[in-house]
This record gives sequence, C-alpha cells and structure tokens, in this order.
Amino acid sequence: MTELLTRQKKIRNFCIIAHIDHGKSTLADRILEYTGALTSREMQAQVLDKMDLERERGITIKLQAVRLNYKADDGEEYILNLIDTPGHVDFTYEVSRSLAACEGALLVVDAAQGIEAQTLANVYLALDNDLEIIPVINKIDLPSAEPERVKQEIEDVIGLDTSDAVHASAKAGIGIKEILEQVVQKVPAPTGDPEEPLKALIFDSHYDPYKGVIVYVRVVNGSIKSGSKIKMMATNKTFEVIEVGAFKPSMTIIDELNVGDVGFIVAGIKNVGDTRVGDTVTDAKHPTAEPLSGYRKINPMVFCGLYPIETSDYNDLREALEKLQLNDASLTFEPETSTALGFGFRCGFLGLLHMEIIQERIEREFNIPLITTAPSVIYRVTLTNGEELQIDNPSLYPEQGKIEFVEEPFVKASIIVPNDFVGAIMELCQGKRGEFVDMQYLDTTRVTITYQIPLSEIVYDFFDQLKSSTKGYASFDYELSGYRRSNLVKMDIMLNGEQVDALSVIVHRERAYNRGKLICEKLRELIPRQMFEVPVQASVGTKVIARETVKAMRKNVLAKCYGGDISRKRKLLEKQKEGKKRMKQVGSVEVPQEAFMAVLKIDESK
Amino acid sequence: MSAAPHAIYIHIPFCTNKCHYCDFNSYVLKGQPVMDYLKAMDQEMARTVEAIPPQTIDTIFVGGGTPTVLEPEQMAYFLNTVKTHFPDWNPAIEFSMEANPGTTDKEKLKAMRDGGVNRISFGVQSFNNHLLHDIGRIHNTDDVYRSLENARAVGFENMSIDLMFGLPKQTLEVLSETLDRALELDLPHYSIYSLKVEENTLFHRLYQRNQLPLPSEDDELMMYQMIMDRLRSAGYHQYEISNFAKPGYESKHNTTYWRNEDYYGIGAGAHGYVNHARHINIKGVNPYIEAACKGLPRLNTFTVDKNEAMEDFMMVGLRMDEGASKTRFALQFEGRQMDEVFHKELTSLLQMELVEELPDGYRLSEKGILFGNNVFGTFVGALSEG
Repeated sequence: MTELLTRQKKIRNFCIIAHIDHGKSTLADRILEYTGALTSREMQAQVLDKMDLERERGITIKLQAVRLNYKADDGEEYILNLIDTPGHVDFTYEVSRSLAACEGALLVVDAAQGIEAQTLANVYLALDNDLEIIPVINKIDLPSAEPERVKQEIEDVIGLDTSDAVHASAKAGIGIKEILEQVVQKVPAPTGDPEEPLKALIFDSHYDPYKGVIVYVRVVNGSIKSGSKIKMMATNKTFEVIEVGAFKPSMTIIDELNVGDVGFIVAGIKNVGDTRVGDTVTDAKHPTAEPLSGYRKINPMVFCGLYPIETSDYNDLREALEKLQLNDASLTFEPETSTALGFGFRCGFLGLLHMEIIQERIEREFNIPLITTAPSVIYRVTLTNGEELQIDNPSLYPEQGKIEFVEEPFVKASIIVPNDFVGAIMELCQGKRGEFVDMQYLDTTRVTITYQIPLSEIVYDFFDQLKSSTKGYASFDYELSGYRRSNLVKMDIMLNGEQVDALSVIVHRERAYNRGKLICEKLRELIPRQMFEVPVQASVGTKVIARETVKAMRKNVLAKCYGGDISRKRKLLEKQKEGKKRMKQVGSVEVPQEAFMAVLKIDESK
Repeated sequence: MSAAPHAIYIHIPFCTNKCHYCDFNSYVLKGQPVMDYLKAMDQEMARTVEAIPPQTIDTIFVGGGTPTVLEPEQMAYFLNTVKTHFPDWNPAIEFSMEANPGTTDKEKLKAMRDGGVNRISFGVQSFNNHLLHDIGRIHNTDDVYRSLENARAVGFENMSIDLMFGLPKQTLEVLSETLDRALELDLPHYSIYSLKVEENTLFHRLYQRNQLPLPSEDDELMMYQMIMDRLRSAGYHQYEISNFAKPGYESKHNTTYWRNEDYYGIGAGAHGYVNHARHINIKGVNPYIEAACKGLPRLNTFTVDKNEAMEDFMMVGLRMDEGASKTRFALQFEGRQMDEVFHKELTSLLQMELVEELPDGYRLSEKGILFGNNVFGTFVGALSEG
C-alpha cells in the first residue's frame, strides 16, 4: 500500500487551455515528443487530434487523453496524464469535462495576440474547478511577440501571477522542459485514498464495434482491474471489467488503474445509454456513499432538422446519431416528420460549429447524404389561453392569433478587438438587434465590448460577419443570459404554391420583408430550372411579402448522334442523374440540398 | 439470342482536317497508313466472322471520320473485303456510307456504287459559307451541289444530308435559309443535329473562355421547333428525335441501334453489341493496326446484364416515333412485360405527359420530345441500381 501511495505522489494530471490557434495542439505534440511517448518519426502533426476533420480544420473537437513518463530534474520518475481540450466556444462543455479530471492546467497565450475571448472563458472554468494554473507565453519566436505586454495583460485581466510564466515556442521546441518541470513542481498530486471503495469519474467514452463501449475514467479513490465488478451510479447498471488500460498514446492494456490514474475500461457494455459521461463508477459490492458531483451539463442551444436525402437511410441516420451521441453527450435528437422532407430528426447542438461538425461527420464517416434545415433556437410562446410552449422548430409555431407574446433567448456576447474596429463591432451588433452593455480597455489598444444579442441572430450569420467586418481580428465568446419578449413572426416559404414546412423561419417582424425578399432571391438562384415555371414566395400569415420566379427549363434534348455508342449516352444520362441525387423532391419541385440552408447564406448588408 | 447480328458498323477514322466541334475518333489523313489500316480491318473482319459466323446482312453503315477520303482503289479494296467476309446480303440491304462534300469525285462514287454502297449520307451541316468556315468545315455550298450531282449521275438516289443547329452565330434566319436550300434538294432523308460542345474540342476551349457566341436557349428551342415544323410540312416523317425521312426511307441501320438490336462493330474505336456484350475497339490508328494483327483489337468488352439491357431498350427505343415496342420488348427479354418491369417509371412519365401510350408501346409526347433526357434518364439505373 505504501508503494501505491508513493506512486500516487508521482502522478500529475493536467490539461491545456487556450484560445483557438494559440498553439495548444502543437504544444501537446511537443510534450509527447519530449517525453518519448512518440519518436519524431512517429509524429504526425497534431497527434491528439485524431479525427480527419480536426486535422483539416486545425481544431480540437473531442478531448483526448495520454499518459506520459517523465524523469524530472529531481531525479524522480513522474506519470503525467495530459488531457487535451477543445478551444472553441461551442465546446465549453467538453472543456469542463477535462477540467474535472485534472489538478492543473497550462494556460497557453499567444505572445503576439494576447488574451482572447475564449482564453478568458476557459480560464474562469479552470479557476472554478480549483485548478493550479501555469501560464505559458507561446510563440515567443515570432517577430511580433510581446511577452512582457501579454504577461501584464494576464496579471491585469485574470489576476494571475506571471513572474514564473514560461516563455515558449511549441513550434520551435522552446521551453518544453521548463513547462514539464513546472507541471511536476506546481500541479498537486491526486489526493484520493487507495483503500476507499472505488470512485472514478467517467469523462468520456467511445464505441468500439468489437469491444463495445469503452469508458474513459479518472480514478479518484480505490482501484480497478480486470475482473472487478463495477456499478454505474446514475444508471445503476453493473458490469464485470474485462480490460483496463492507459493511453500511451495508443490504447494499451495494463494491470490496474489506481488513485489519480487516467485510463479506460472495457466491460462488455453494449448499450450506449448505460454509461453517461459525468457519471461515477464504483465497486458493485462495496459502493461508495456519494457519487462525484460530475459537472454542469450544458443544454443544446441550436436546433435543426437532419433528414436523409434517401428515405431508406433513415435507420442508418438514427444509428449514426446514436454512435455520435456516445462520444458527445451534448448532442440531442428526437424523431420528427416534415411534409416536405419526410422522416428525420430534430437535433440539438451547442452551437453552429458543433452543428456543422456533426453534419459533416454523418456525411463522411457514415456516408449518409443529408438535408439540414436552417438552425433555430428555442422560443417560448405564451398562448392567449395562458399555456406556454417551447418551440424549437418553426413549422410548429402556433397561429399568430393564438399567441399572447413570444420570448426569445438572449446571450451576453463578449467581443475582444483592437480599438480600430470598435465602430464596426457596434454597427454589426446593432444590426443584429443587439443592446450595448459595456466596453472596457484591456490595454491601450484592445477593448472588450459586451452586448446583449438575441441568440437567433448569432446563429444566423454573426460569425461570418464578425470575421469580415474585423478582418479576422475579433475574438468572440457568449453565454446564455435569459429570455426576453420580442416581436416575432413566422415566415413561410411556398414553392409552386405549396408551403414547404422545412423552409419556414421565425423572424423579427420588422425584418420579415427584407429577409423574405433575400431568401426568395437566394432560392431562385439555388433551385435549378424545372420543366415548368416555379414561383417562390415568402409569406407572413396569409400575406405574400416577396416573390421570385424560377423560369421554366425550355428543353433537355440529347440530339447528337453517337452512332452505336450507347454506353456514352448512358454515361451522360447517369451524370445527369447523379446531380439529381443531391436533390429532394418537394411536391412537384426538385430542390437541392443546400436550398434548405439558404436562409443562412444570404447577405443582408447588400 | 445466339443469332448473329444482321447489322455491321465500320469505322474509317481519317479526315482531311478536324472540325472545331468534333470529338469523334478521327485523325488528319496526311501521312496515315491508310492501306495498312484497311488490311488490319480485313483481319478484324476475318477474326470476327470466325468467332461469330454471320447470317444474312440487312444493313451496313460505314462512318468516320470521312470514309470518302479513301482513294478509289482503296475504296474498291475495302468494299471487297467487306463482301468477302460478309457475303450473304439481303437483296434489300441498306448499305450506307458517310461522305463529305468535296471528297467525292465520280470515279470514287463509282467505286462505292460497284462495291455495293446504295445510300450516302453527306455531312453538309449548313448552307451558309461563313458558318461553315467558322465551324472548321473545308467545303462550301458549291461543293455540296457538285457532290450531289455527281452522286446522282452514278446512280445514287437514296441520299441524306446532315445539318446542324445551335451553331455559334447561327440565327433563326440563317437556319431558315439553310432549311430552304436543303428542302429544295428534295432528298429522301435529313438528319438535323444540335451542336453539343464536347470536351477536347476547339469549341470547348473557346466556350470555357466565354468566346463561343452560342444562340440563346430560347433561340435554340425555336430553331428545333422550326426544323420540326418545316420538315413536317414538306412531307417528312420525324421518325427519330433528329431524323426525318420520306416514307420508306428511314435509316434501317440506325433503327437497329434504337431497337437495341445487335450489330458488329469493326475498325478503330468502333462499338459493337453482340450476344449481350458491348465492345469498344482500340482507338488509335497504329495501335489498332498492331492489335488487329494479333487478335481482336478490343479496348474493352463488358457484358450487359438483363436489367441494364432492359433500361437501354427504353432509353434508345423512346427516341423513335414508333416508340419502344411492347412486343419487341417481350421478344428480346424472354417474355418480360414492359408495363410490369417499368410500371413506376411509365406511370410517372404518363402523368407528367412526357410519354404517350401506343397500341404496342410508348413514345415521347410532343412535350416529351423537348425533354428527352429527362425521359431517358428515368430509366437509367431504374433496375440496375439498388
């Protein structure tokens, strides 16, 4: 037992928090390389970002864990568990999961850019979790690096002591050893008791087609090995452990997991619902009295309909969503039907990026072509009879006459920009029905601007406009701040006289006319000509507020003579047909996939 | 169907020059081993009839390229090899050869006539000399008249000309004049095709650079309608989307393709359809010659399964005014009923008024003719996918 306690003292669990692009993944790679977890030959940039999508977009979506051995300057061998975290605002939830499994965090800040909106959001989460924070000033080799200014900023804005802050360059391999030394010296060892009954936090899981659900845990008390009988405290399900292992970084089977260890459990768990991320694993025979507190669950804020283009893919789509949900508890879905699109699912996401990523993963990893409807938020509708409804799908919006009032969610948006762009930001936020709250100087050149903005406007195209109006210099974070009454109406779209439920949107009354016009124009561009003229109309109630026409295709003849080359004719027709596969037959009109997102692709500023 | 085909397609891949829109398998004549090529075809025919002994031949079509670039002696030699390997000709055989105006002197025409050719299809394309120049044709309208005169003089009476519409800078007036000139000739057959800009042509490169002033879609549609109206009132029967004939002068050879029946394919790049298998021959002249000395010069051979064949039957059959015949369908597919096999497709097309039902099958409706691709596309993959 003393041996175990000695070992426990040598464990350090830490994560890295940073704003997107501040070099978190590169730093993780360097740490792996430095500790010999991987030889440089094995290194592939961004080892911890496993998904193709993560590598392509240069972002981390899923958290990953890895166990490292490090011989410190004090001559002792330490076990370091590094848990990678996503940096994007949509994935705050994932960040909170990794924080709960750690005692320390590296706060990585770009030496040229300084603190950004997500740096702040994540650092406050870490402070809430009582983590030891080690500031790292990264990219100090850049000509534009100003480490002293950035350190001052950290002290002023966050209130952290930066006198020991490491000057590093993950890219150039500078400061890596110093970072590891600080992890060993400053991050506390885990404090649990090996003799107490098992208590471990599930911080993630994934589904393996051969082994079933693989549960990622951080052991708080006790130990776990193959043969142990375990119980999931939230679901009360018991299992026998088949394998335990560690991430080195590939999954490696080991004898047991002890206090402070981060690893995985295989226990023949078939059902995705039996393990909940945030739940506590305990010993089935000698359960612990109290489960761990888990962490705050964030509810989805953005909703959209996902429909398979091919009706026959419906069940595959359900399975795909189930599998994705296994690794992503924040994704919600329930069946819904649309007159236009048939059977599909209403899905809830943390934000727009989250939505795009799920959609792309379904199309890529599961090969199911999808139609996505325009994203919506949850509206609270109070009817004249006093009943209150929660509406996340515009097609379910009640008749105007029955509505007493409507409330929509607002967010508190914090935007950090160089002061040259203050005017642009204010114009943008005002245009999005935003309400000014506050403006504060971070230093002489950068300001934090705070606005109250309807979430539906953020969802709409705020990110793109923010980027273009500040040349990419702005960083942005938001949190839900409550519901407010708004003057909203439902706008319907009709194609060839038929209302298409999947195209309905909820808009502010004053903007309905303009948005209706733009949507109709966009649809006219997107819908290919059919054999007949297709009127495209937008209406509020019974009143048509905008109209465009997709002119009829006049002819489609293959008149050229190809002699006996029938296979060539066939190929041409197959090509034509291939194009149609991306279309959905809505009534008599063939509508391309992207038309259902048309509402997002319009530029209101023109 | 183990019976041998009754139709033969033969490809002569040489032209005096390449037209700006052409992506057919053709090569500029100068310096080409023409005689070696004809000998190689002799070999291919020998091997072909050895594999599938021929029965009575009903139609032969010699296309290109420009078959009439052959010298009279070469022409005589070539036609003799055809007759040698395929000796049993239907007394009413249709033996067509493509010709370009300006490549047909009397001597050559006589060699054709002597070798059994009884139908000529001239690639006239337009009666406007400016347009002809702009699309890369080397002949002018005088050549057309002279060629037709020569052909009549040596005894050809069954003749057709090809015309094109939708050409760059072509207007309705220009086309109308061309139709006047063409109909004045009072030929028994006209093929009138719309220009399609194909990859690997000069037109395609110009098109991509936005330098190809094609008529608007509306104009092209009016052109097509004008063609159909004018030909109809002149007493011609539109027996296929692009083909018009006086009664009894419909091309029997092309009808073979449209009925999805078998045909031998001989020569570089030629396609054949024999016993449920399609083949494509090697395309280059020299590679073809080399390959034909060693065996059948195939680039590719693939079997067409029954589902695909049934789809093809509809796809090509609906091009004809006689339509896709239920009886022929049942005959080709061991009693399968068209109405059952394509119930869903036909119902939907009838509902959209793109096809109409005939006593023995279906054909394109007046509207359907304009949307042929939508109709044919309905059948492609209907049985062979999923």
